[in-house]
Amino acid sequence: MTTAMDGPKLTKKDFVSDQQVRWCPGCGDYAILSSVQHAFAKLGIPRHKIVIISGIGCAARFPYYVDCFGFHTIHGRAPALATGLKVSRPDLSVWVVGGDGDMLSIGGNHLLHALRRNVGIKILCINNRIYGLTKGQYSPTSPVGTVKKSTPMGSIDRPVNPISLALAAEAGFVARTVDVFGPHLQETLLRAAAHEGSVFVEVLQNCLIFNDATFSNVTDRASREDNVLYLEHQKPLLFGAGGDKGIRLNGLKPEVVRVGEGGVPESELLVHDEKDESLAYLLSRMEGDGFPTPIGTFRTQEHVSYEAAAAQQVRTAREQKGEGDLMKLIHSGDVWTVP
Amino acid sequence: MTTKQLKSLDTVVIRFAGDSGDGMQIVGSEFGNTAAIVGNDLATFPDFPAEIRAPAGTLPGVSGFQVHFSANEIFTPGDQPDVLVVMNPAALKVNRGDLPDNGILIVDTDAFDARNLKKAGYEQSPLEDGSLAQFRLFAVPLTSLAEKSLRDVEGLTTKEKRRNKNIFALGMTYWLFSRPLDNTIKWLTQKYAKKPQHVEATTTALRAGYAYCDASEAFQVRYEVPPAPSQPGLYKSIQGNEALALGLVAASVKSGLPIFYGSYPITPASPVLEALAQYKNFGVITFQAEDEIAAVTSAIGASFGGRIGITASSGPGIALKGEAMGLAVMVELPLVIINVQRAGPSTGMPTKTEQSDLLQAMFGRNGDAPIPILAARSPSDCFEIGFEAVRIAIKYVVPVLVLSDGYLANGAEPWKLPHKFEDLPDIPVHFHTDPKGFEPYRRDDVTLARPWVKPGTPGLEHRIGGLEKDRLTGNVSYDTANHQHMTDVRAEKVARIVADVPDLEVFGDESGEVLVVGWGGTYGAIHSAVRRCRSDGISASQIHLRHLNPFPANLGEILGRFKKVLVPELNTGQLILLLRARFLVDAIGLNKVEGQPFKVREIVSRIQELSA
Ligand SMILES: Cc1ncc(C[n+]2csc(CCOP(=O)(O)OP(=O)(O)O)c2C)c(N)n1
Ligand code: SF4
Ligand SMILES: [Mg+2]
Repeated sequence: MTTAMDGPKLTKKDFVSDQQVRWCPGCGDYAILSSVQHAFAKLGIPRHKIVIISGIGCAARFPYYVDCFGFHTIHGRAPALATGLKVSRPDLSVWVVGGDGDMLSIGGNHLLHALRRNVGIKILCINNRIYGLTKGQYSPTSPVGTVKKSTPMGSIDRPVNPISLALAAEAGFVARTVDVFGPHLQETLLRAAAHEGSVFVEVLQNCLIFNDATFSNVTDRASREDNVLYLEHQKPLLFGAGGDKGIRLNGLKPEVVRVGEGGVPESELLVHDEKDESLAYLLSRMEGDGFPTPIGTFRTQEHVSYEAAAAQQVRTAREQKGEGDLMKLIHSGDVWTVP
Repeated sequence: MTTKQLKSLDTVVIRFAGDSGDGMQIVGSEFGNTAAIVGNDLATFPDFPAEIRAPAGTLPGVSGFQVHFSANEIFTPGDQPDVLVVMNPAALKVNRGDLPDNGILIVDTDAFDARNLKKAGYEQSPLEDGSLAQFRLFAVPLTSLAEKSLRDVEGLTTKEKRRNKNIFALGMTYWLFSRPLDNTIKWLTQKYAKKPQHVEATTTALRAGYAYCDASEAFQVRYEVPPAPSQPGLYKSIQGNEALALGLVAASVKSGLPIFYGSYPITPASPVLEALAQYKNFGVITFQAEDEIAAVTSAIGASFGGRIGITASSGPGIALKGEAMGLAVMVELPLVIINVQRAGPSTGMPTKTEQSDLLQAMFGRNGDAPIPILAARSPSDCFEIGFEAVRIAIKYVVPVLVLSDGYLANGAEPWKLPHKFEDLPDIPVHFHTDPKGFEPYRRDDVTLARPWVKPGTPGLEHRIGGLEKDRLTGNVSYDTANHQHMTDVRAEKVARIVADVPDLEVFGDESGEVLVVGWGGTYGAIHSAVRRCRSDGISASQIHLRHLNPFPANLGEILGRFKKVLVPELNTGQLILLLRARFLVDAIGLNKVEGQPFKVREIVSRIQELSA
């Protein structure tokens, strides 16, 4: 558990480090950084109790720019390193930041296991559907046919859907947000911070140098309303200008329907439920084909965290065997004496 | 009943061999435990296949356990058995070549049926064609005798009764070497506490085997091996992996830092994980990671958080850990990485021993990434090496690599236990907490250690990482002179650990004809060889390295005092490369990679050649 702060109220500025930010001007990471700094100021956790762990990539430069404890590790391994830290120090608020390549390619295995173990770390996967730092090769989230320097004839492998993956990996809290949706991003981070177990937040991000406008359907102001579905617990799935569209189940398949006059009544729409496993997965599969992109919390589930269970075993062992006595341990077993 | 003769022997090597499912490891280690209790000096050598149960009765399925027990001080499990117990034709085929003429051979005749003979590739039974005439053969229907002895035990199937043949055989060897039964009876009673019918069966079979020899006309001579004189104190028999786990726990208690042990199962390192998992009441957290990379990185994360992070594996897993070890070098955090070596390359021979990862330990990372290296020389020495690795890691705020091997890991020897808590060195720990003038890479003048700061310390928020960092602030730096400086200082920091490395002591003459230089698990074989040569009047001396980086300060000077330097290694020549490069010494290698430890005679004959 993180302790409440006694000191003065913090502001975004308290989380700005003295290091010069080195992302390309206009990179979506700037907006994410700013939202993280804002959100951290609202956490009620003192700076020295927060740690950001990252792998390698543009996004993974994050720790240098936030004035708390930070560890820029090696490519893909941040969730594993953070696991060791969180299990050792449950008192810290541990955040993991990395790109789609870092987390879903080289680090896919660690991501899977950190999530399923329900380690209380908050993982932010900054997805730009590209390898930014290595100058623009396609990534595991790039759509089939992505033409980049390493795929001149188009990529041929099917992409992974980060939300579906996180759900299948048993993440405790699974959400999606967008670099330029500041308030939504901050709110998502605050909810993530309050969650006890593993957290996976996909942040759609624009790499304007190597993959500009990859999420323009979501971010363009003109089309945003028609393309974004805000998930809210216990609320019907409405989107579009003035909420004129909705999602209804047809058998086991979702469909987009007109709502209101000449359309279906709101009561026929799906209602979001963050505790519903199947619904979460169904929503995670909505991509293209006239479907909006769901933004918000797909699922939350409460299970005891890995670090709490590990600490409990230590306590139980001490209750059962007593606090470890080194000399007793060394002298146990078949010991004989030579006089 | 005839009166039997009792003969006294100084030293005996006994080998139990059978199918993987025959329980040879159990009876072997029990024989060893009893030898220890009796007060013999001893060394054991389990030798088993990687498959848990290779097809029954086949040559690859043969599992063996050798015990060397003696009234004198001994240092190896013995070159060859004096007594060989075989449970089937395959075990006979694999092992008979090692038994010298006139050696005692005990055979379970029940297993020598047509099917088993065929599986072992025998055209006709060696029990009948006279091909075993050079041995003192005791052909005994062990399985049926075991079964018969359990006639009255209820609640067991015939198959279960027949399975007690190994314990029956153990009982026979206890008679043969005048061993008491009570220690093993106590052990069996504990082991099967929840299955009383098994307690009854095993203890009955043990006694029956003993009684069988006592009554049998065939066994006319029995032997005794008196206790070995040893220094006064408390002892127990210990395997290397067990000792290593205890050494780590001891260092944890001494430093007050709880252990975080991240590991992914691999032969022969897994028993360390399993042992530590028993010690949660010492605050130990064991983390069975998804792979070796997660194992080491989680341990780094734990050290960052102020625990002592430890990770262990064998060669293939150490290869995976390489990049993260480089990270640990760069961020300068305490960390212990253990390599329980096995025969390589690649998956190699998982259950067979080798010393072929020394150069990997020295250089197996990208960039100039020096890491201090310690190597245990015997099973019980794993305790001290584990302890010392933690001490150095904390004192110098540095990752430390420990080399053990399959031979040490599974072999056992008597260990003279530290008596009092105060007998173990203190391990002072200092976490930096003062924000005044704090710089993450400002170093201690003597050790060059950087401050170890726990996240959660107010006012000390800072960032570390694998990018090159400024010599004081730790901020990312691409300054060319700074990189030169940091590379030099990382090397210098490891070099200064020499202050904690004791000078080598020469066994034998301080200067002379042949100096034998070894490292790690070959200590016992080399020591025995050098002693034997010296008693034959050859001027041979020994030094043995437990510190491979940095080397002990007096190593170069000692090498210079001898005409010839012989370097036996279970690899194709790795330490020798380091010695030649560092000291320009024209050393001579003795190298073997057969998955087996050195035999003493192999080293003796090389010393003889060199001194001729
Ligand atoms: C072991 C290793 N392999 C390869 C690299 C090179 N590398 C650095 S970042 C990166 C991919 C980054 O992509 P992503 O994680 O999506 O981050 P982004 O730069 O897009 O934010 C690669 C392949 C590396 N640093 N380490
Ligand atoms: S390459 Fe792309 S992701 Fe990287 S800093 Fe530039 S814009 Fe951002
Ligand atoms: Mg990317």
